[in-house]
Amino acid sequence: MGIASAVKNHKDNFMKYRFLLKELVRKNIKLQYRDSFLGMFWTFLQPLLTTIVLVFVFNNIFGRSSNGVGNYTVFLLIGRLLFDFFSQSTKRAMRSIRSNGAMIKKVYVPKYIYPLSQILSTFVTFLISLSVLVVVILFFNITNNNPIHLTWRVVYCVIPVMILFVFSLGVGMFLATVSVFFRDMENLYDVITTLLFYITPIVYNIESLKFASGGIQRVIFKLNPLYGIIGMFRAAVIWGDKFTHYWDMKLMWYSAACSVIALIIGFFVFYKNQDRFILHI
Amino acid sequence: MNNNYAVEVDHVSMKFNINKEGVDNAKEYFVRLVKHQLHFVEFWALKDISFKVEKGDRVGILGFNGAGKSTLLKVIAGVLKPTQGSVSVKGVVAPMLELGAGFDGNYSGRENVFLYAATMGFSRKFIEKKYDEIVEFAELEEFIDAPLKSYSSGMRARLGFAIATAVKPDVLILDEVLSVGDAAFRAKSQKRIESMMGDGVTVLYVSHSTDKVEEICNKAIILDHGQMIAAGNSVEISKIYQSMTLNK
Repeated sequence: MGIASAVKNHKDNFMKYRFLLKELVRKNIKLQYRDSFLGMFWTFLQPLLTTIVLVFVFNNIFGRSSNGVGNYTVFLLIGRLLFDFFSQSTKRAMRSIRSNGAMIKKVYVPKYIYPLSQILSTFVTFLISLSVLVVVILFFNITNNNPIHLTWRVVYCVIPVMILFVFSLGVGMFLATVSVFFRDMENLYDVITTLLFYITPIVYNIESLKFASGGIQRVIFKLNPLYGIIGMFRAAVIWGDKFTHYWDMKLMWYSAACSVIALIIGFFVFYKNQDRFILHI
Repeated sequence: MNNNYAVEVDHVSMKFNINKEGVDNAKEYFVRLVKHQLHFVEFWALKDISFKVEKGDRVGILGFNGAGKSTLLKVIAGVLKPTQGSVSVKGVVAPMLELGAGFDGNYSGRENVFLYAATMGFSRKFIEKKYDEIVEFAELEEFIDAPLKSYSSGMRARLGFAIATAVKPDVLILDEVLSVGDAAFRAKSQKRIESMMGDGVTVLYVSHSTDKVEEICNKAIILDHGQMIAAGNSVEISKIYQSMTLNK
């Protein structure tokens, strides 16, 4: 079978199951807050409240985290929203194969549908939760308390969001495969995301960290693709007036390359192993 | 590839590795790995099975327990990928093996109709037209907005059956006689299946009962220990199977 016909087969198969993908995304979103009093409002409330907690802890108790970041609340909220999308979506994608085990054993469905639907549904709630950011910026600008100078460059925030989506999908597919054969991954990943939360500049500004001369540590921090992704989003929203200074082209290409590589590895590992999933779930 | 075939099974073998010692933790795994004591027993559930089913054929699959009937159906339904060989199936397959396999207990009956239909590749728009008919057939009008986890197993099976048969499939896979719901519903579902068969649907029917196979099918095969030992006309094959049963 040639490559062209293999691609066509995959496309036909996807077209057949696109309705299922839609239904699964819908289901994930609908069931997330079912039976809770506030329902979908939690998508809005949850990041707002946790950000208030973080601002309180890091701005008041530990202090000094906010040096050189402009509006610390907005700075932190952006980091948290993007990081939360990454950690939630990859975590859900990781568990998707095992939690749908009963279904995988009984009906044929292309298996990538399960992690993909989790990434997509988390992405939809992420987009809804961005409204928190709008409300918070409006609040600061209306009360004229440390206002944000929004410029047309806000539109650039689409770039890091797209890169982050691709990166999360790749990582999610990879984790989904690994956790089928190595269940400990689910516990291990909780530790990894906690570590990642602290080595990604979410609650602090990397420029304000004191590194030893030579700057090796700084380079290591910047190797984390999330660093560049969150930095770009902040540059577009907070630093529209000093955009060229804050938007790092090299980091953009670096994080984009990381995402594409993650996607290729994720899909490759998934496809190589997907026929054996059923024997292990 | 001949277009008259609905199902083609080509030299299909299915191997399972059975872990005899029951190693289930990392420590024991590594200890045995180092000592070269990690033995898996290969088990061939299917051995080199080939057959073709023409469109409109109704094929009975006979065999004792553990002969590989269910594995074969799972391979044909695409749930299991064969270790060797290949299977090609044309058109929509309705595997009536596990009614309601795509259901979600937290979803209401109504929402599950669309979810389950989507696992068979049907769009929401398409199923909306069939929706009333499905609910009516399942006799669940009063409970359709209740969460599925509150349904009885009979209610689930009725809903599953109604959705799976709402659209005429090209290939119908049946495991034994369907025993869904009470006598009245059984009769109703039996009638629906029969009318599908009358419409030229290809059927794969698994059973122990040679009477049923003779009644429903025009062709049959016998599986024994993963091998296909006979294939042909359903009446002749039934006779062979009966004599096998007597000699067992």
